[in-house]
Amino acid sequence: MTDGGYNYAYLDEQTKRMIRRAILKAVAVPGYQVPFGGREMPLPYGWGTGGIQVTAAIIGRDDTLKVIDQGADDTTNAVSIRRFFARVADVATTTRTEEATVIQTRHRVPETPLQDGQILVFQVPIPEPLRMLEPRETETRTLHALSEYGVMQVSLYESIARHGRIAKTYNYPVLVNGRYIMSPSPIPKFDNPKLDRNPALQLYGAGREKRIYAVPPHTPVKSLDFDDHPFEIERWTECCALCGSTESFLDEMIVDDAGKRRFICSDTDYCQERQEEQRR
Amino acid sequence: MTGPILSAKGVTKRFGSRIACRGVSFDLWPGEVLGVVGESGSGKTTLLNCLAGRLVPDEGRVAYETASIGTVDVHQLSEARRRLLARTEWGFVHQDAREGLRMGASAGANIGERLMAIGTRHYGEIRGKASDWLSRVEIDLDRLDDRPTAYSGGMRQRLQIARNLVSDPRLVFMDEPTGGLDVSVQARLLDLLRGLVDSFHLSAVLVTHDLGVARLLTHRLMVMQGGEVVEAGLTDQVLDDPQHAYTQMLVASILPV
Repeated sequence: MTDGGYNYAYLDEQTKRMIRRAILKAVAVPGYQVPFGGREMPLPYGWGTGGIQVTAAIIGRDDTLKVIDQGADDTTNAVSIRRFFARVADVATTTRTEEATVIQTRHRVPETPLQDGQILVFQVPIPEPLRMLEPRETETRTLHALSEYGVMQVSLYESIARHGRIAKTYNYPVLVNGRYIMSPSPIPKFDNPKLDRNPALQLYGAGREKRIYAVPPHTPVKSLDFDDHPFEIERWTECCALCGSTESFLDEMIVDDAGKRRFICSDTDYCQERQEEQRR
Repeated sequence: MTGPILSAKGVTKRFGSRIACRGVSFDLWPGEVLGVVGESGSGKTTLLNCLAGRLVPDEGRVAYETASIGTVDVHQLSEARRRLLARTEWGFVHQDAREGLRMGASAGANIGERLMAIGTRHYGEIRGKASDWLSRVEIDLDRLDDRPTAYSGGMRQRLQIARNLVSDPRLVFMDEPTGGLDVSVQARLLDLLRGLVDSFHLSAVLVTHDLGVARLLTHRLMVMQGGEVVEAGLTDQVLDDPQHAYTQMLVASILPV
């Protein structure tokens, strides 16, 4: 309808309905992985097929879409997905976090605090947080069903025994609403505190494994830890070389052959806005 | 405590038309070690799995006297409760330590897993208990962070025992705990087991085909053949004065050294 022979937002209406049903169930049971009939999408697995299906199911003409990849609005993946929806769903796109109603993201949560009514869609490669510890799907489902989460704690124990601290820095497991352990997708653990009681709705889509899960607004999300080794986020001694922020997640960049380094905000929108403010 | 800790009545398990064990009944009293002996294929392990709730018997029932909520029928319990029981009040020592251990995690994590599963969230405390148990099963403390893959067969078996006993279980199921170990390692393990069973007042069901092991560890013995119990009684009595022809054959076939 918007572009040649394609239905609005690429997927046909029955598929979108099926995905919305999965989303509703996921919202009703925070952190629970709901299976859905994942479709073949016009991009390869691992590039965001899960996120793109969730976005396609929830997007409407009056939405404004922002897509980020590792915090940046200008990477190939982000640009392509944004253009895809502009074309098949006829939506406005933006790079400004405050203006967006739907934000599809890979590997980051925006630095700018989210608001009521915004939806954050995560692209998830491996939805099962226990996968590396227990390869049997039947067994992990049982563990979730009975909330037997000793094995997750075992992996944190191992990390402390080997490294003297919990060395996991991304995809750090969380307990949602005191019930389900959830993989927050490979966001840095720096972003984990932002998931907790966030006013925005968080939807997680895993295309290859065909799972959808969700964290409804204002839901408690706790990062797992030990009493004597509490959860901590990354800290930097430097500030952002462009905007001077000391509160954002910084990427380390090697800028010449002599190994000179600079640290720069990974969230490009946040960084640019701060720079514009400083110029004013 | 008044009644038996574990009571089986007419436990029967079939696999298709094949009968693995038929009409097995017994009472296990607190602090008692019951041996189940018989040749390969006589239904010992199937019986053990039925007792421990790992298999559902086709007939009969298994009652367990819990520490807190009275007597329960093991197979009527919800899966959640049964699994909780299995990792708190029970232990299960497998013949192949790889089945009972988490081979990808360090020895300390293996011992600590039960503690973490029941909600202990203090790393220092878990590690302290793990070291304590490692020394109790006579493994050097500098092996605490090694994975079981780096352990010898005998050490793996001892680690498996530590992993099971850390939650202070009341009842331990053992499936050929000394199988596949050489004799000197077996002897050490038996010594250790005997000491632990004594000091923790454990009740245990021990499946073995080794009559020597049975004599050393068990108080009472059941002899199984073709899925049925052919003789039962005090261990010394059964071994010194076997009544059933099959038991006589078993006792006679021990290799003299």
